[in-house]
Amino acid sequence: MKKSVLFGALAATTMLAGAAAAQGTTTLDTVKARGELNCGVNTGLVGFAAPDANGNWQGFDVALCKAVAAAVLGDASKVVYVPTTSADRFETLTSGKIDLLVRNSTWTFSRDNDLKMDFVGVNYYDGQGFMVRKDLGVSSAKELNGATICIQTGTTTELNLADYFKANNMTYTAVTIETNAEGEQQYIAGACDAYTTDASGLAATRAAFADPENHIILPEIISKEPLGPAVRHGDNQWGDIVRWTLNALIAAEEYGITSANIDELAASSQNPEVKRLLGSSDDLGAMMGLDKEWAKRAIKASGNYGEIFEATIGSATPIGLARGLNAQWTQGGLLYTPPFR
Amino acid sequence: MTNSAFYVRKEMLPQSPPPAREAGAIKWARENLFSSPLNAILTLAGVFSVLWLFWEFTPWFWRSVWHANTLAECRDIITAAYGEGVTGACWAVIKERWPQYLFGFYPSDLYWRPVLAFILMFVALAPILFTSVPRKMLWFTMSYPALAFWLLWGGSIWIPVVAMAGFAIGYLAAKVALPVGGAIGATILAIVAPVVWWVVLAGAVADLLDQILPIAIEGVRSREFGGFILAFTIGVTGIVASLPLGILLALGRQSDMFLVHKFAVGFIEFIRGVPLITLLFTASLLLNYFLPPGTDFDIILRVIIMVTLFAAAYIAEVIRGGLAALPKGQYEAADSLGLDYWKATRLIIMPQALKISIPGIVSTFIGLFKDTTLVVFVGLLDPLKGITDAVRATTDWKGIYWEPYIFVGSIFFLICFGMSRYSMYLERKLKTDHR
Repeated sequence: MKKSVLFGALAATTMLAGAAAAQGTTTLDTVKARGELNCGVNTGLVGFAAPDANGNWQGFDVALCKAVAAAVLGDASKVVYVPTTSADRFETLTSGKIDLLVRNSTWTFSRDNDLKMDFVGVNYYDGQGFMVRKDLGVSSAKELNGATICIQTGTTTELNLADYFKANNMTYTAVTIETNAEGEQQYIAGACDAYTTDASGLAATRAAFADPENHIILPEIISKEPLGPAVRHGDNQWGDIVRWTLNALIAAEEYGITSANIDELAASSQNPEVKRLLGSSDDLGAMMGLDKEWAKRAIKASGNYGEIFEATIGSATPIGLARGLNAQWTQGGLLYTPPFR
Repeated sequence: MTNSAFYVRKEMLPQSPPPAREAGAIKWARENLFSSPLNAILTLAGVFSVLWLFWEFTPWFWRSVWHANTLAECRDIITAAYGEGVTGACWAVIKERWPQYLFGFYPSDLYWRPVLAFILMFVALAPILFTSVPRKMLWFTMSYPALAFWLLWGGSIWIPVVAMAGFAIGYLAAKVALPVGGAIGATILAIVAPVVWWVVLAGAVADLLDQILPIAIEGVRSREFGGFILAFTIGVTGIVASLPLGILLALGRQSDMFLVHKFAVGFIEFIRGVPLITLLFTASLLLNYFLPPGTDFDIILRVIIMVTLFAAAYIAEVIRGGLAALPKGQYEAADSLGLDYWKATRLIIMPQALKISIPGIVSTFIGLFKDTTLVVFVGLLDPLKGITDAVRATTDWKGIYWEPYIFVGSIFFLICFGMSRYSMYLERKLKTDHR
């Protein structure tokens, strides 16, 4: 008897909601109407996304969510952070629960095509590495033949590891683990000789050890892990907004626009590219359904790409990552944004 | 000679104590711990492992740090006090993140609301748990769900009021229909009337009342729930809702009516055959494909529904065991008294069947409460892993491992142990036979 009541209520809720929902609207309209951006983030990854003691989300990925919210809604705080696990992140995006996924997800062919998502850029170029104890006496991944290796299941790292060892004609024993924290614990307890994950994760893990000096990260990077924001397939306008917000942050660093001097530059810069970017001339925002100053607000939210990097994962933080591949193309890195014109 | 027979003793010997091996602790140990070589070996091994555990863990607990802001600071304090390379527990993480473990991201100026709801929960539970509490208190118990909902989520007071009115409407409809339509008509109306109310009228009535007399407190959204407040909300609602649902399912499975019987069997077997995680994923992800985009069907509500249905199926089977254990004579006695089905069930059958089923029911409840931690897989921040992972993901506390688990584990233990002890109290109190 009770059951039928429940199902009845369930079905009715569904129908009512169906009637109420607007049809055929773009993601931009939905977000504007809602007044909030639903941004899928990691449930917790050091430096990239984590809530602090007051529940405020912070990190490298979170900063991009803020920038998009600032560009679209004019307020960087209008973000609903939806924590997603590695198991449900893509479903959460394709099912419409979130508008944008910024969850250190590797851009791969099958994810882009088969899973009906669009990766719109790369905000961090990562790669898979190895960490070993110093007293193991290993200085190269090529010497890991026969080693026991701790590896997270269900990630691209697992496949990369198998590929790498096969290509180099070596064998290994995998100790599979579910989360990063478990992996660290297994590695510290000596259950495996080496721990492998993305190099950024290794650096953060090593930095948190009681004795970081006794562990080394091997020089080999065995895979390409371009981590980037993803949106649903099919809404190109929304994809463009996210792509160009990221590009605006990168361009801002290239042109020396920081959160400190942005107002001054917007008012007085003579550089035509800077003027177009900040909306002092032309009206680039209108081409994708935004106003003139969208990029200015996005950059103001947490600073340009370099500022975000230094504040969340850069060399001044405990994680201490070097820019490496994530430097501007002018500095020998891979960050290269198409021109704003 | 008076004493001609030397072998007759005249005075009693004083009682001597039993041999040392046949008395006291030694006897007990001999009988229970060292009764055979195998037992002796097992005993020694057991004692050794317990001592070893203490040996390993006591110093770690002893060197606890309670005041620090980061894990590195904890380590420095321990190193400064006990020397290089020594490890110790860093409970400072619990101290710093205490509100987050309890409330998740609930707005901190509104903490009093869940706390009040928590305290009132015991007031509401008292008349159910202890018969010595005045029966009038049951009225408060019945209105508690609406009150708790209002305190936790806030918003207009009319939403919970109107929702609760549905139950009253169902009851009244059954009362009115009973003389006219008989038991079946009354039952059907008791289901249809509230559904019509909730689906068609409730929303409009709530809006109307809200315009006439707007009473509202600050709303809190489901995504701000986390930690123990989430575990309690899901656990307590699931426990409270799954028991009546389980009773109905158990009765349905025993029913002679074809449809009711088949539906109950189908439901129970389906739910029991599927892992809870599958149901949670269905609730969180699969439903989104069927619901139109932009639908805001609360995630906690979805999870509660799934957890309740899951527990109800198990409860139904536990109670069916209780029903099966009743002698047939009890059913026949009820019939011979002229009681109808619902009266016989309510007055004769269920009190006995439920009494038999107490251990099984409480086991299911304990299981349900512990299963609330599984909501981490649908992106809700449960205390065990959700909050802990979030805490570990800050640079301050990265690398901390055992302390959060030990802390959350002990709280869960306290609650589950409490439930278990209460069920034993209840069994003793209701024990009327002389087995």
